[in-house]
Amino acid sequence: MNIVWTVLGIIGVYIYGVFLMGLGRKISARVQLRYGPPVYQNYIDILKLWTKKTNISHGIMFDLGPVFLLTGSIGTLLLIPIAATEQLMYFGFSGDIIVIMYLMVFGSLGFALAASQGANPFGIMGISRALTLLAAYELPFILGIVILMMDANSASLSNIISHQAGGYMNWYIFKQPLAAIPAFIALLGMMGKQPFDIPIAPQEIATGPMAEFGGKYLGMMMSSHAIFMTAKYILFVNLFLGGAGNPINMIFKVFLIWLFPLFVGLVYPRFKTSQAVRFFWGVPSLIGLIGLIIHWLR
Amino acid sequence: MIEKKKRNIFQIIDDWASARSLWLLMYCTGCGAIELPPTMTSRYDMERFGIAPAGTPRQADILLITGYLSIKTLKRVIRAYEQMQSPKYVIGLGSCTINGGMYWDSYNTIKMLDLYLPVDIWIAGCMPRPESVIGGLNKLSDIIKAGEANGWKKYNENLKWYRANQKKVIKKWDLPEFNY
Repeated sequence: MNIVWTVLGIIGVYIYGVFLMGLGRKISARVQLRYGPPVYQNYIDILKLWTKKTNISHGIMFDLGPVFLLTGSIGTLLLIPIAATEQLMYFGFSGDIIVIMYLMVFGSLGFALAASQGANPFGIMGISRALTLLAAYELPFILGIVILMMDANSASLSNIISHQAGGYMNWYIFKQPLAAIPAFIALLGMMGKQPFDIPIAPQEIATGPMAEFGGKYLGMMMSSHAIFMTAKYILFVNLFLGGAGNPINMIFKVFLIWLFPLFVGLVYPRFKTSQAVRFFWGVPSLIGLIGLIIHWLR
Repeated sequence: MIEKKKRNIFQIIDDWASARSLWLLMYCTGCGAIELPPTMTSRYDMERFGIAPAGTPRQADILLITGYLSIKTLKRVIRAYEQMQSPKYVIGLGSCTINGGMYWDSYNTIKMLDLYLPVDIWIAGCMPRPESVIGGLNKLSDIIKAGEANGWKKYNENLKWYRANQKKVIKKWDLPEFNY
């Protein structure tokens, strides 16, 4: 009955991801001394988008764009173990971290084609910014992961989880801080939250790649964003916080990590594209490089 | 007046969802632009009713026209309205959109917005305060929930009449016939 557990896992991640998006809106409202929308507001938003009567299309690639996004996010999720129980380990194999890192880029690249067919100048500007940002944060992220792979002597996610077993002092966030710092700074860029929301800057380029998408297309993109966001947090829990024995534990740990980009995003204003690239290729990459050299010499 | 039809359960859920999640496209032509930032931010906070600003016409549900429309801007508003995805609603904010307001004898503004676009709800005042803006949005939400906000259907059915009115004021017509 592996397929049942897989489908249940995807649905559960989807529901939790949309809940986190709504909770984020509520928390940021409270920080700004507002009352804020109800926490279930994002479910209503997605339901409304799915019930729109007309949906404009600009061609086949335009239709496929949200599908690419959803495929990329579900594909990423399937390779990441949600909890270390027999049923929820999914399709792990040796070397799956490298495949995960490829799949994480798949959605953005497919969506770049779709936004280009929309022929909206804001969309094209947003896509060029998104791909530049992608190239920027991949470097510290990969440096962090390479240190973990050297430490565990394996490129398999389940091996990395089992290397962190036995007490929280064995978690890589404490055992390898020089890998955790660049990776967690890269997480800020991945989430597209405030200091690095360069691709969708609503005040500058009118939500960038999403400018031409409305109705059911936008509903599908919001759904895939919820899944993809949660999948990335689950990946980080597995890499740095020692994974989880059961789903409840995983929900709690994802919530803890999720607070970090949220609060950083509430405090800092947006970078320019060049500033973001300079930031990611500066201090975080340097820390990662130093960690790599120290680990090499040891 | 479109008579009230019986709705099935799916249409009721549709209407409930669209009433609870309204994304605004703000077309700020006049002094209405000043009233909207306090409506959005901490003091009056319209987000607690699920009302949020949208980035582009494609994503928006409501076209909020705040103030007088000159003939030149009317062209842009028509274009933005037809790019929105239905169900879509129009709100006329301020007396300028109702009867011309203080621009009633101006040579290049329109006086009644209802002749050119199907307005679902008016918010009177010069300018309406944020309280009345939120009150109007909530009223619109009630109308949508009852399934009676059918301006977009009216526009599609009577497109010829609206087009004739629009072409009467826009002398140099260079829009496509219908750009949805």
